[in-house]
Amino acid sequence: MVALEELRGEENAVAASLADCIARISVSKDEASFEVLFRYFAPRLKSYFMRLGADASAAEEVTQEAMVQVWRNAGQFDQSKASASTWIFTIARNLSIDAFRRTRRPSFDPSDPAFIPDGEMLPDVQLERAETEQRVRLVMNSLSPNEKSVLMLSFYENFSHGEIAERLGIPLGTVKSRIRLAFARIRAALDTRQGEQQ
Amino acid sequence: MTIKFHLSDDLLLGYSAGSLDEASSLLVASHLALCPHCRARNSSLDSLGGYMLDALPEASVPTVMMSSVLARIRCESEVASPVTRSPSVANFLIPEPLRSYVGGDVEDLNWIRMAPRVHQIQINTPNSRSQARLLRFQSGTSVPAHGHRGRELTLVLTGSLCDRDAILYRGDIAETDERTEHQPHAGPDEDCICLAVTDAPLRFKSMFARLLQPLFGI
Repeated sequence: MVALEELRGEENAVAASLADCIARISVSKDEASFEVLFRYFAPRLKSYFMRLGADASAAEEVTQEAMVQVWRNAGQFDQSKASASTWIFTIARNLSIDAFRRTRRPSFDPSDPAFIPDGEMLPDVQLERAETEQRVRLVMNSLSPNEKSVLMLSFYENFSHGEIAERLGIPLGTVKSRIRLAFARIRAALDTRQGEQQ
Repeated sequence: MTIKFHLSDDLLLGYSAGSLDEASSLLVASHLALCPHCRARNSSLDSLGGYMLDALPEASVPTVMMSSVLARIRCESEVASPVTRSPSVANFLIPEPLRSYVGGDVEDLNWIRMAPRVHQIQINTPNSRSQARLLRFQSGTSVPAHGHRGRELTLVLTGSLCDRDAILYRGDIAETDERTEHQPHAGPDEDCICLAVTDAPLRFKSMFARLLQPLFGI
């Protein structure tokens, strides 16, 4: 719990101010807030797109597009559901599928009559949801660099498990077990939280 | 009915990272529409994406880029009002996004007969490594015994499907790989409709089914 509190200090101050910037764009089309977001995210987005295989100029083009969407869709951002980084990650991911893979990523539609809603959201469950993100971050911070690199490669660079093994020069079984372990830890962290709630 | 068989970590990770092909994403998204539990897992993986975006090294960005984006957003007209949909009272069996892909709900579709008591609709997902199809088995029908050259994913939408030792109902997922040989059959009470996604042609055990294979493209 101490670690969680410490984490909340620095990282949360940054995360909260980024989230506030999106909120201000939504409310008052505040350009100064947009500039703050741009300075923080544009270099990271470019880095992300290049890791997915884009060259520098294509990565910059898609980064601009992503930032325009941040401006345009700021009203859809919901702080209780995701952090600024998570929300912008989903925008970037969807753009990359369109731009680099020329395919589609269908998603569910919460307004569809056949959609099964989450059910009654009790206030403390909602709180838990906002904290899920903290938990995931805490677990990630606790992984060893080796474990983290395996997860990063599979998540960010679309490498198959076999390609990761080759790139890191480790056996395929090791790649699989590291991914399994990382997931088990994330799951355990989330379950503990649910246990505390009950 | 509570869903018992959920998406694997691998599939959800691929969906969240954006590396899954369109046909498999369609199956994942259709399950998510029916399963709050997996939607929560999906949100956690998206936060993993956010975490990693924060952790990435910063690439150098030309200084003119910010001014050109600012110029673009100043030209943005007021946000278009969201499309209002006529409220629907229909009780759809096929959830979105799948319903749009197949062009309607169960009774609107032009089912193609594939074998006695088995009908299908092929789903078009260009550039996809996998093939998605909607299958409709009349109650009690057995699927010819088959193995797989790759992965087969199944999402049950109506009725029930008995596969190996399990009985799957609406929303349940079955995932099989090249090691699996099975002969699923539809439950006795009603037609079983499911979404099946295969990333390599099936290997049927019987000669009859093998001969039919090229005709139906499965």
